[in-house]
Amino acid sequence: MSEYAIEMLGITKTFPGIIANDNVDLRIKTNEVHAILGENGAGKSTLMSVLFGAYAPDSGEIKINGKKVEIKNPNVATELGIGMVHQHFKLVHNYTVTENIVLGREPRNKFGIISLAKAEKKVEELSKRYGLQVDPKAKIDDISVGQQQRVEILKTLYSDSNIIILDEPTAVLTPQEIDELMDIIRKLKSEGKTIVLITHKLKEIKAVADRCSVLRRGKFIGCIDITPNTSEQELATMMVGRSVKFDIEKAPCKPGEKVLEIKNLSVKDSIGTMKVKDLSLDVRRGEIVGIAGVDGNGQSELLYALSGLSPVQSGEIILSGKVINKDTIRERIGEGMGHIPEDRQKHGLVAGLTVGENMVLKDFFSDKYTGKFGILNYKAIDENATKLIEEFDIRTAQGAQTDAGSLSGGNQQKVIVAREISLSPDVLLVAQPTRGLDVGAIEYIRKRIVEERDKGRGILLISFELDEVMNLCDRIATISKGSIVGVFNAGEVTSQEIGLMMTGIKAKEESK
Amino acid sequence: MKTKEKKSFIDWFLSSQGATSVAVVILGFLIGTILVVLVGRNPAGLFKAIGQSIIGKAGKNGAWNFRNVGETLAYSIPYILCGLSMGFAARVGLFNIGAEGQYIVGMLAAQAVAVCLPSFPFQWLLCLIVAIIAGAIWGGIVGFLKAKYKVSEVVATIMLNYIALYLFRIIAFKMPAGLTNRTYQTAPIQSTAFLSKFLIKNSNLNIGFFFMIAACLIYWFIMEKTKMGFAFRATGFNKDAARCSGINADRAISSSMAIAGSFAGLAGACVLLGGAYTTGRIIQGMDNYGFMGIAVALVGNSRALGIFLAGLLFGVLKQSQSIMQGMNIPKEITFIIQGLIVIFIALRSGLDLIKAYRSRVLVRKEAGKA
Repeated sequence: MSEYAIEMLGITKTFPGIIANDNVDLRIKTNEVHAILGENGAGKSTLMSVLFGAYAPDSGEIKINGKKVEIKNPNVATELGIGMVHQHFKLVHNYTVTENIVLGREPRNKFGIISLAKAEKKVEELSKRYGLQVDPKAKIDDISVGQQQRVEILKTLYSDSNIIILDEPTAVLTPQEIDELMDIIRKLKSEGKTIVLITHKLKEIKAVADRCSVLRRGKFIGCIDITPNTSEQELATMMVGRSVKFDIEKAPCKPGEKVLEIKNLSVKDSIGTMKVKDLSLDVRRGEIVGIAGVDGNGQSELLYALSGLSPVQSGEIILSGKVINKDTIRERIGEGMGHIPEDRQKHGLVAGLTVGENMVLKDFFSDKYTGKFGILNYKAIDENATKLIEEFDIRTAQGAQTDAGSLSGGNQQKVIVAREISLSPDVLLVAQPTRGLDVGAIEYIRKRIVEERDKGRGILLISFELDEVMNLCDRIATISKGSIVGVFNAGEVTSQEIGLMMTGIKAKEESK
Repeated sequence: MKTKEKKSFIDWFLSSQGATSVAVVILGFLIGTILVVLVGRNPAGLFKAIGQSIIGKAGKNGAWNFRNVGETLAYSIPYILCGLSMGFAARVGLFNIGAEGQYIVGMLAAQAVAVCLPSFPFQWLLCLIVAIIAGAIWGGIVGFLKAKYKVSEVVATIMLNYIALYLFRIIAFKMPAGLTNRTYQTAPIQSTAFLSKFLIKNSNLNIGFFFMIAACLIYWFIMEKTKMGFAFRATGFNKDAARCSGINADRAISSSMAIAGSFAGLAGACVLLGGAYTTGRIIQGMDNYGFMGIAVALVGNSRALGIFLAGLLFGVLKQSQSIMQGMNIPKEITFIIQGLIVIFIALRSGLDLIKAYRSRVLVRKEAGKA
């Protein structure tokens, strides 16, 4: 048997306009936990998709257990014993755990009718053996995200995979679930499996990985052994190509008067489920209030109600002393409500309009940009855009005239941030401001948010990245099932405590 | 910041919507010509007919007859107006297949004023105004249903097309009957209700042409220059982001449908009062100008100038039909050409694939160099 379970040699894969993988060499030893580290867009996922047969590489070769193979499609990969757990689970929600696991290879009895009993037994055995507790008869809808991930892992085990690829497995988990996953990975390793862990989180690599390969902008940077002495700083420098500041520099918070008060707010989602229940929270001038919680606990609906996208069922939203429950979105914008939305493609930008037009999307009708007879003043619009492009260092092909849809994710987000900040709002709602961005853009956007705080604006931040909430915010509110479980000043709580509260367990002591 | 690189011709062609439209039209004619040859006729007749409709002279030896040019321009009036109706809604993200119905109610309103009222000066102007209002209401209903109750505009417009057709028949039968006692026409149109002819007096070219030009200019002005148009375009590209930015997307949808309907309504009045009819009509079926407007807007890429040119082209093809038959060319060939043009336009997204392929080759070349 070869020393290496997987060898990917000289892999190059291009997409229109990008070289996703540029002559990448990856060697993964048998029975090791091998991390692949890189920023968003570094080419990790592409490389794994090549390995899994979803993309054909432009050049390069793949060896599995020393033998050269050609992986034309995912079925070939499965036959070779490679299993993949995707970042976005591929589960049928109204099927049971077992039904999902056997999907596509259903066991049949002699009459050709599906019989699940045998499969259920095998699933139960596997889950016991690897410490993956799930009920084989439970429906996917009824189990937690962490358990859904275990079902995905069971799927790979069920098809006897020896190499398991986990793509960003912790993105959707609470800190407790992450710890459990780390245990599962160790268990899988002790049972002889080879694990490939794709991530950009350094802590996880330190926790479980034996070795780590780093990718940067499609290129293979190097492979290092992870020892207790390996520093996170060293890994980060390899990943980004320069030294990175982990801590956000900010002056102590000087909170002023209350600028946004949320009193006993209840909000329904689009299908009529009450997603925000009796929620109360204040934001003062000059502070960043963060809402920590697992995705889907009412954060989005809260912001929709505050910004005016969804109606309020009960309770009050008070902006600078005025109840704004019934105000239209445009009225709220005029009253000083800024919003950097969670889904920048859907709610933030109008692809098809130019960067200049997007920058005046909220105030194009003002005297500044509209003259007599409602005629738009494109000169003023372009001047505004040129100024903001310069100030926010937005990379565009044709300045103000560039189609906003053609920008990269980081630059799109900068356009939105520039627009919102240029309107000088009293309250800025910020949702997932750095999701999917590269480290440079993340640093920049966080810096601007802190600057806005220092100018005396009240900022309400929602993020599923606990680290972001912990580092950026002055006060942290944890949300679970649509209600605030506890509010703390930054530094008073650990991420473990917040993690517990995210699951709905009330903390014993709450700060005022 | 502004980097202007010299683009190769192919890159320019692929990224220019106008150039692809022209190429598509040429391609349509090319295949049309081949078909004419295949059925054993002389394709010269096809081009002679088209030449006659454009410049009034068929080939070197033909006689000048400007009447053909006048008819071509007259035909293009409803094509362009219905194209504007479809195009305006398309820019706001709506698929308005209701131009036909809006056209019919516009005609109905104009006919009511032209036939039922006694003659008075500038009667034609009142006809045009009521036609515009009727079309706007018919379109506005669709917009309102879409904005308020999320009713698909496609379903609503199809339904309203038929409602318009039968409503027209019901009401037209109640109008004063004609002297000849024939069932398919009403009393004569008042002489003051006709749109006056100009330039080529022996054709049906009428002052509706100027209203059509004005409509194109209004379309361009609203869409590209005003804050209302900005809200429309933002809504058309991304309704959610427009709403999130404080734009009243519901209002944009209902008002844009009303504006779209007013273009088609005007078309109905121009056809009725343009000289082709002396009495009020009792339509048996749809005139299809509204449906052809969809194709006009597609070829014209929903831009005012594009729709104007595409509408002229469709006017040319319509006028060529009668001339073609005289030249032993089946007139159906024009429908085939129109169909081919629409299909090729729809295949435009195929060009994006070519674009993608080209940039991939480029990247590979650069990768090879590095």
